Order: sequence, then structure tokens, then C-alpha cells
Amino acid sequence: MRKFIRGNEAVIIGALSAGCEAYYGYPITPASEIAHAAAEYFPVLGKEFLQAECETGAINMIYGAASTGKLVMTASSGPGISLMQEGLSYLAGSQLPAVIVNVMRTGPGLGNIGPEQADYNQAVKGGGHGNYRNIVLAPASVQEMCDLTIRAFELAFQYRNPAIVLADAVLGQMMESLHIPDKVMESPCTDSWAVRGDSCTRNNLITSIYLDPDRHEQHNQMLQDKYENMQKEASAMTYRIKDAEIILTGYGSSARIARSAVDALREEGIRAGLFRPITLSPFPIQQLNSAAMGRNVLVVEMSNGQYRNDILLHLERAKDTKVELINRMGGNLVRVDDVITAARNIVGVKA
Amino acid sequence: MNKKATGFYESFDRKDGSRTTTYCAGCGHGIVQKLIAEAIADMELQDDTVFISPVGCAAFCYYYFDCGNVAAPHGRASAVATGISRSIPGKVVIAYQGDGDLGAIGFNNAFQAANRGDGFACFFINNSLYAMTGGQMAPTTVAGQKTTTTPYGRDVSRDGYPLRVCEVFAQLEAPTYIARVSVADTKRIMQAKKAVRRAIEIQRDGKGFAFVEVLSPCPTNWRMDSIESARYCTDVMEKTFPLGCYRDRSSEAEIIQPRKATTTLRDLLGSSTVVESVVDASFPTIGMKFSGFGGQGVLSLGLVIAEAAGRAGRFVSWFPSYGPEQRGGAASCSVVMSGQEIGSPTVDAPDILVAMNQPSLERFAPNVRSGGAVIYDPSIPVEFKPPTGVRMLPFPAIEVAKNAGVPKAVNTAFLGALSAHDLLPIDDDHLLSALADSFAAKPHLVEKNIEVFKAARQTVWEDKVEMGR
Repeated sequence: MRKFIRGNEAVIIGALSAGCEAYYGYPITPASEIAHAAAEYFPVLGKEFLQAECETGAINMIYGAASTGKLVMTASSGPGISLMQEGLSYLAGSQLPAVIVNVMRTGPGLGNIGPEQADYNQAVKGGGHGNYRNIVLAPASVQEMCDLTIRAFELAFQYRNPAIVLADAVLGQMMESLHIPDKVMESPCTDSWAVRGDSCTRNNLITSIYLDPDRHEQHNQMLQDKYENMQKEASAMTYRIKDAEIILTGYGSSARIARSAVDALREEGIRAGLFRPITLSPFPIQQLNSAAMGRNVLVVEMSNGQYRNDILLHLERAKDTKVELINRMGGNLVRVDDVITAARNIVGVKA
Repeated sequence: MNKKATGFYESFDRKDGSRTTTYCAGCGHGIVQKLIAEAIADMELQDDTVFISPVGCAAFCYYYFDCGNVAAPHGRASAVATGISRSIPGKVVIAYQGDGDLGAIGFNNAFQAANRGDGFACFFINNSLYAMTGGQMAPTTVAGQKTTTTPYGRDVSRDGYPLRVCEVFAQLEAPTYIARVSVADTKRIMQAKKAVRRAIEIQRDGKGFAFVEVLSPCPTNWRMDSIESARYCTDVMEKTFPLGCYRDRSSEAEIIQPRKATTTLRDLLGSSTVVESVVDASFPTIGMKFSGFGGQGVLSLGLVIAEAAGRAGRFVSWFPSYGPEQRGGAASCSVVMSGQEIGSPTVDAPDILVAMNQPSLERFAPNVRSGGAVIYDPSIPVEFKPPTGVRMLPFPAIEVAKNAGVPKAVNTAFLGALSAHDLLPIDDDHLLSALADSFAAKPHLVEKNIEVFKAARQTVWEDKVEMGR
């Protein structure tokens, strides 16, 4: 079945299709419709929904519920996600799977409720204390709000790690046609680590404390090895890159804007292509290099260049390769026309 | 001969394989934990129990308790317990927290869990200070008490008064059981034992939130010996924190029932006639902007058109203004429809603008693409020069809706006008079915809106005839 649906609601349809069993969250614009949909669907489907007293409460309820091996999720935006960072560190340290959706709004501080992508570093580089990483997926359509929520649960359980769906206000608020998944994912077996109050799991322990430095170093090293192993899950998509002289790149709604610019540039004879990461952590390093190595790159994003900095970090490039940024902040979207102008300037074409 | 405590591991292998604890001589934690462990063992609940360790001196309860164990972040044992107890209804969940943990940083989590009557037992160890971190003031530090952060004694005028958690929780409706006990001497330990067992029985029976505060000596941080500290507990602390049962509704409390599914996701989602989008290179990409005052039905007009395009197999996106913006003042939305996958869902330069008020006309009309059209109500005074190549189409939507007897249906009137001007490359069948379904919650408005739609179309056609087109 297909339905014309809001991105935020598609997250919950994805979660239910993944077999999600509990939602704990605190309202915040522009993510609240996720909680609304969860409140509507979860209880009548025999699942748990609770509006927590705060985001700190919500992420710790997630920690508790995840400890029992259930599929659990929360969603929030900027300030709320900041409040959850300690909990994310604990989830990672205790190796608990959970899905956290961030419908990014502006910052720093209260900012406003417009779209921005300035939580990139917070999500991709860690955000909380300690040597840990989140799995980070970047949807760019209502369909992916659903599908990548499912994928986030798969990866979270495969690696016993928190997984963030890093969306933005545009994706959360917009509506598109959604193909509703046909079946519900099978629940993963969690007997070896979950604590469910039964004889099978009586000897299990959920913790992130290792008092002995050597033992704790070992734990840290094991986590690093796990993150290294996750690299094979990196994914990205490309559009019209085969003969491209310039690669536009962005994630989330910025990738949609870049795609429109690619088509417009092609129409005026500029061979533009698009590289769009689907996983931001692990970062699709190999995919980026095979798409963009030796070509000029224009990064489109709604932040001060946080994603651009990762392109600079990961893209092997010659001295004369240009990596430039067209960005907006504060709740403004990048205009397609501005992207086109920036691309023309890079390839040396005057309008 | 001491009877060996039950409910603990045979040897503490997560510690060092011995059977010694991390607690100082004279500390109350060991006594409280023995009472809890024995109660769990005596009631044969070890297979059914999840024990949540806090941060602080009791961080390593999982060294000792032979049951499922979870270590919580500082202050969050109650929130973690909420998550666990709601995931495994019918099981015994125990949160164990100190007075900084529960009384300060995590107070709201514990308080709100109590207020919801969440199904767990919460043991709150009150030793009047932060012990693990070096004897700092806690919310429970008594007036005048010296700690490392109140070296001159707690000054209630600046540091606040000792927090009586039992008394606060007793104001709430939901808790099943609230008691304050002490482990300072044998008589008190026997009373504490009863309270501990009652709290765990309530969990065994699934009867909600049980809270037991325990006054517990801390000889190390109090800088006293065991006997002095036991006496301090009784003689000083009990004056601020009177012992007793503050609530016991265990006999009449209702059993928490797990949630049950009463429907399926398919039923919840209902039916839909949106079809898979088909790539059609001959169908152009059209960007539309709908704008006006909040309450004029701007967003729903865009939505009906987007839904209709979806039913017609077009790629389509709808993006609204949202948040406070939609609750007063201006409202707008963008619709993009195309014969191929849609890039930007936002519309910087619309092909079609529907402007329902003057500010939106002034704001968006200058950006309309050459070859595009602006449709607006002629009651709006036009005070600007339209961009070149843009058709200005005044349409008396307010009047049409009013004459049809549905003054609120201005947006439907615009829909009819858009159709009559051939601005929407979507069959009227799809438009009308999407329009009808948009009133699913108010079926009596369906016919009326279809009338408005038809009247609007008629008005445009008559106008065209009059103009000799």
C-alpha cells in the first residue's frame, strides 16, 4: 500500500515495521509528530508509549527498555538531543541497541524551529563523553524516513550500538508518497546479553563500568574494533556522476536541493553529478573517492561546513582540486539558484 | 554462628572472587542489601528480578545480587527502572539509589515515576551526604551538618532545608507504598526488613510503585565510629526524618495490566488510493506555492492537490510552514509535482502562486517564474508591478464561497479556479476524490465543498466566455 504521509509519521511506520516495541520521548518542534504518531499507534498495538518528564528521563527509559532486549526508540530535535548525550554515551558504553531520531532544527542554544544540519558533528563524532561512535543514517525522502528507521534498528542490533536517524525539519514536516513495508522484521535473539528477569538471562549484566584501567582499555579497544568492522555498512548513492566535471554533495534535504541543481546545471550544459551519503557514520569513504576523486566538489549544507570538513578529511585530492561550500544557517534553506551559481563559478562558466 | 546471607552470588566473581564487599565497616548498605537479597531469595524471585545499581557507593550491587543486573547512570535508576518495568510487566524490578542520586540530580525522574505509579520498588538510602565522591552536602544533609561542601554546617537560609522525600511522595496519588525505616539498630533493622519485604511483595504481585527510604549510617564520612554513627542516625537524623509508614495501599492497589493489541497497523493506516509514481519525461516539474492567513485552509488546499497528484501517479511533495508560524499570522506551503523523482521539495520560484491575502501576494508574487501564474482574490489591492511574463488571475474566491453558502471554503473555491484555468495537470476525478477524502472527519461538508468547487469552475468559465476567449 502507498500513502501520502508526513516524514515524521513515516518514521513511526518504519519503526513498527522493524518491530519496535516501545517509544519514550519528550515533545519538541519540529519532531513532535513522531511522538504524536507513536502515541496513536503504539498503545493500541499492545506496545509501550510514554511521554517522559524530560529528554534525560526519556533516554534513560530507553536505556532501561533496551536492556531488556526490546526494540526501542526516541525522537527529538537539537536541544532535546543535546540533553540525551550522556545517555547515548552510556548506551554505546554498555553496548545497547536503540534508535534515536534527530529532526534537526537550528542552534546554538534555543535557535529557532527552522531546518538546519548543524548537529552533524554531535551525531557523527560522538556528542557525549568517551571513545564511542554512533551509527548515523541520513534519510533524504519520506520513504527513507521509514526505510532508514528500519535499517537503523537492523544495524543497532547487529552491532549492539545506538543508531541515529539524522533527519532535518524539512524531511520531518514534508509529505510524500510512502510505500508501506509489507512485513514486520523478525525480532533479533538477545538471550546472550539482555536482562529480562528470567532464568535464561539471570546471569547477564548491562554495564559500562570497568574500574581496572587495563580491563577498561580492553573494553575501549573492543569498541574501536567494532567501529572498524562497521565500516562495511557504509553506503551512498550517486546521480549522473559518470561524466561529471563537478560533483555536488550533501545529505538529507540539502541533497534534494543539490539534485535539483544538478538537473538545472545539466540543462545548461554543465556536467554536474550528485554524491549523497546515506550513512554518515560509518562515512562512505570509498564511495566518496570513487565518485569524486580528481573532480571539483561543491558541498551543499545547512551548517557552518561540518559535513564539508568530513569531505576534506576523507577525499583524496590533488592540490588544485576545489572543495567549496555553499551553505545557509539559521533556518534558511539553500536556494537552488545559489547552488547553480556557485557551481558555475567553480567550473568557470559565467551565467 | 552467622547464617550465610541468601540471594547473593556464592562468590563475588565480578569483584575478585572473594565474598567481601566494597563497603566500609559500619556502613548501612550491607545491611539493606542483605535484607533485599534475602527477601528476593525467600520469595523465590531470583529468576524474575532485575536489580538496578546506581552510581555511588552502591554502584557495584551487581557484584553481589544473584539476579539480572543493570547499572544505571548517576541519578537515573528510576528512569531506567521505568523503561525496564514497562518492557517486562509482571517481573520484579528494583531500583537502588542514594540521596544525591535520587534526591538531587535524579529527583524528577524518581518523582515522576512515583507519580505514574511505575511498577518497581525504589530503595532510597539516606546517609545525609554524598559518600562516594567525598562527603559533600546532599539534599538530605540536616541543618547545621558539616560536610566537605558545608564546612561551617548546612546553612538552611542559603543551602535550603533537608529534603524529606517520603513526605513529598506521600502527596502523590499513585504510589502504593511509602515508608521510612532505619538500619541503626536491631529493632529498627527488623522493622526495615518488614518494609523491604512489603515493597518486594508489591512487585511480585504487580501492584505498582513502592518506595522505602532507609536512614543509613556512614561512619567514614561522618568521621565517627560505628556506635557513634548508629546513635547519630537515631538521635539526630530521625528528628528531621521521622520513621514510619507513610502509605500502604497494597491490599487495594490494582494489578498493573500489560497493554494488549486491539487493532493492526493496516487497520490504523486505513485505505489509500495513492499509486506508485511513474516516470514520465513529458510531464514537467511544477512548483506551486499556497499562501495566506493561518485558518484560511492554505495548507489543506496544497494537500488536496498533492494527494490528487499522488493518486494520478505523479511524483509529488508537500512542504508546509510549521510550528508557531502556522498558529497565527502567515501560513504557506509548497507543492512540487513532476514526472520524475523530485529534488528540492521547497519552491523558491513558483510556477503557480495562490495568494489568499495581501502580505503573501507581496511576498511571493515577485518570485513567480516567467510563464507562471498568480491567482488571488480581487478584494486584495494589488500594489506592485507583476513580474514580466506572469499572468495575474484575479478570482473572487471569497465571494464564490460565500454565495455557495460555505464562506469558509475559500480554499476549495481556489481549487475550482485552478482547475478551470487548466493550471493543474490532474484529472478533476482525482481532485474531487482527494477533496472529498480530505473531509473524511466531517462528511457533511463533502457535498457543500464539491458545490463550491463546481461554482468556482463555472465562474471562471463564464468569465472566459465574457472575455471572448
